[in-house]
Amino acid sequence: MNHLIYMYGTDWGMGRFPICSVWILLFSPLVAAALITLVTGKNKALSAALSIGAILLSFTLSLRLFWLFAFKGIQHQPHPFPWLVIGNSVRIEFGMTTDALALLMLLVVTGVGSAIHFYSLGYMKGDPGFSRFFACMSLFTFSMLGIVISSNFIQIFIFWELVGVSSYLLIGFWFEKPSAAEAGKKAFLTTRIGDVGMMLGILLLWSHAHTFEFAELKARLPSLDLSIGTLALIGVLIFTGAMGKSAQVPLHVWLPDAMEGPTPVSALIHAATMVAAGVYMLCRVSWLILPSETALWLIAWIGGITALMAASIAIAQNDIKRILAYSTLSQLGYMVMAVGLGGPTQAMFHLTTHAFFKALLFLGAGSVIIALHHEQDIWKMGGLWKKTPITFWTFVIGTLALAGVPPLSGFYSKDEILLLAFERNQPLFLIAVATAFLTAYYMGREVFVVFCGKPRDQHAYDHAHESPLVMTAPLIFLALFSIITGWYSKVPDFLGPPHEAERHSLLLTGGLIAVPVFGFIVALRLYWKPDPSDAPVKAALGKLWTLVENKYYFDELYHWIIKYVQGTIATTCDVFDRWILQRLGIGGLSVGTGLLGRTVRLLQTGSISGYAFFFGLGATVIIYYVVVR
Amino acid sequence: MTTAITLNDYLIVSGLLFALGIAGIIIRRNALVIYMALEINLNAANLALVAFSKFNKLVDGQILAFFIIAIAAAEVAVGLAIIVALYRRKQTVSVDELTTMRL
Repeated sequence: MNHLIYMYGTDWGMGRFPICSVWILLFSPLVAAALITLVTGKNKALSAALSIGAILLSFTLSLRLFWLFAFKGIQHQPHPFPWLVIGNSVRIEFGMTTDALALLMLLVVTGVGSAIHFYSLGYMKGDPGFSRFFACMSLFTFSMLGIVISSNFIQIFIFWELVGVSSYLLIGFWFEKPSAAEAGKKAFLTTRIGDVGMMLGILLLWSHAHTFEFAELKARLPSLDLSIGTLALIGVLIFTGAMGKSAQVPLHVWLPDAMEGPTPVSALIHAATMVAAGVYMLCRVSWLILPSETALWLIAWIGGITALMAASIAIAQNDIKRILAYSTLSQLGYMVMAVGLGGPTQAMFHLTTHAFFKALLFLGAGSVIIALHHEQDIWKMGGLWKKTPITFWTFVIGTLALAGVPPLSGFYSKDEILLLAFERNQPLFLIAVATAFLTAYYMGREVFVVFCGKPRDQHAYDHAHESPLVMTAPLIFLALFSIITGWYSKVPDFLGPPHEAERHSLLLTGGLIAVPVFGFIVALRLYWKPDPSDAPVKAALGKLWTLVENKYYFDELYHWIIKYVQGTIATTCDVFDRWILQRLGIGGLSVGTGLLGRTVRLLQTGSISGYAFFFGLGATVIIYYVVVR
Repeated sequence: MTTAITLNDYLIVSGLLFALGIAGIIIRRNALVIYMALEINLNAANLALVAFSKFNKLVDGQILAFFIIAIAAAEVAVGLAIIVALYRRKQTVSVDELTTMRL
């Protein structure tokens, strides 16, 4: 059994590992962000060193905590301190959770984050906003770490919003480009919609339980006697928050647009922070969601639909980063589906492996983009494998891991989810298998079009070059982890009670291996040629191709809704404000007062006799009333 | 036949005097005359006070009357000074022509 070590008052130390270092783990990126913004902004090298140093410090401390927990069975947990106390009823603490789930997530965030920070050194070289970039990255890391260690709903919500703000800063990093500014705004607003739902869910839960603390809620939930409807409503509302952050249908529209940010940002958002936050939060509060069948059902189906829909959109995209963005959507769909099927452990496992290979893929794509001087259209690439061998091979490893080819990590985690679906919900299992096929297919398409065949833009090809070591080293590091994270199959066991070992047939496992292989073969047949093109697929799919090429017209639908629904509401409010409030209310009041003033002014004659007369009259009347009555 | 003068008689005289003063204030146009009418008002009040004092066997009213006389003297001094100053400035003491306070 693990001992839980709580520290009180002035007791700062526990042997050689002082407890305050848990706080250092959290706050060092914030300190770095503040220092860069306030002090070292002018000095690019120092700024980058601060930011990288901070995340490396966090990473080291996470490793140490993880090691102590996993092998020594010691759990360091600083005592929470009161943060917001309102009267006797509301007491919000700033606590720190360091259970298995949080520790695993800390490792993922800081580990993948460190690789991305290093990579940014190369990618952002020469950018005028170099220091600002690192400040934002540190802020982003801090916010994400805050979500991971949160011990209550308010704390998680505040860090949740901080992640939203920092994502806004980073997606719109090149704000002089209108599309980037728009994308930042879209990401922020879309996730806000989900956040409102989450806030409502938190408040609804509070109105029943009168506490925000996870531990307390978890213990008291069965004794609260919530009706099935309330429980489902709370679960669904909290899930809305995750829907926004983890970009589930129908709030997924911001994620592909977020590709406007610099590539390391995409990698960070897609792998370690932001989108992982939603799934992590669901796992953190899984005790709240698991009792409600309705909520689980909804979550599972939204996850499944997202997975399939995003995978189908990805087959018709032409931007090297957008394909990966839709693939992230699709994988997040898997994770959310796993939560909905009652397997938060499997979701976390997939999140962990996904973090490594998705970061790897994004950084690989970034390397290609840099090699071709900021070219993102895959149809202008081709034949790059000779020019950028390290990028190519690591990208292939990432692709295989994503597609779920054994023995790479993606296979193990995806396998777990597929088997879970097979046991609990057959239709979703079919959807998941179809998604797995599409995943292999579109990733195969991307690899073949980008790296194989003939160079289609000879000029760009001639100037292409392999990225410097500072960019390729993180690629190799991540590729290594993309291979091995799945082998540590104890990750699911580490997180919770091991689910009963299913004796799935060899046939099923064989089939699951065959699916991605089949996907690759199809892609190979269609795109493995000197001069590949989409034409045959386009012809075969017909209308369907147009549909997926236009992303199922979600953006158009939202534009329509905003134009007509929101536009109508706005016009009504405008008329109400302008005519009822302004003209009738405020205008009426002012005109009325003016008229009254003019009327009363007539009494002011300036004639002393008149005043005396009225004065006498008034005095007489008062005396009459006082004396006679 | 001789009838004792009652409190009522005094009060009636006082009331008539007061009404006369008010009428003077309202009707007359000369500031000086309005002033004199004001004095009549004060003396009407004095008369009533002294009458009450006598009939109630209390000296309070008489003391108050003395106060009023003293204050009236001070007030006349100030009031006349104002009227003189006003005349010097405007060359008139007719209140009909002194309407600069009107909006």
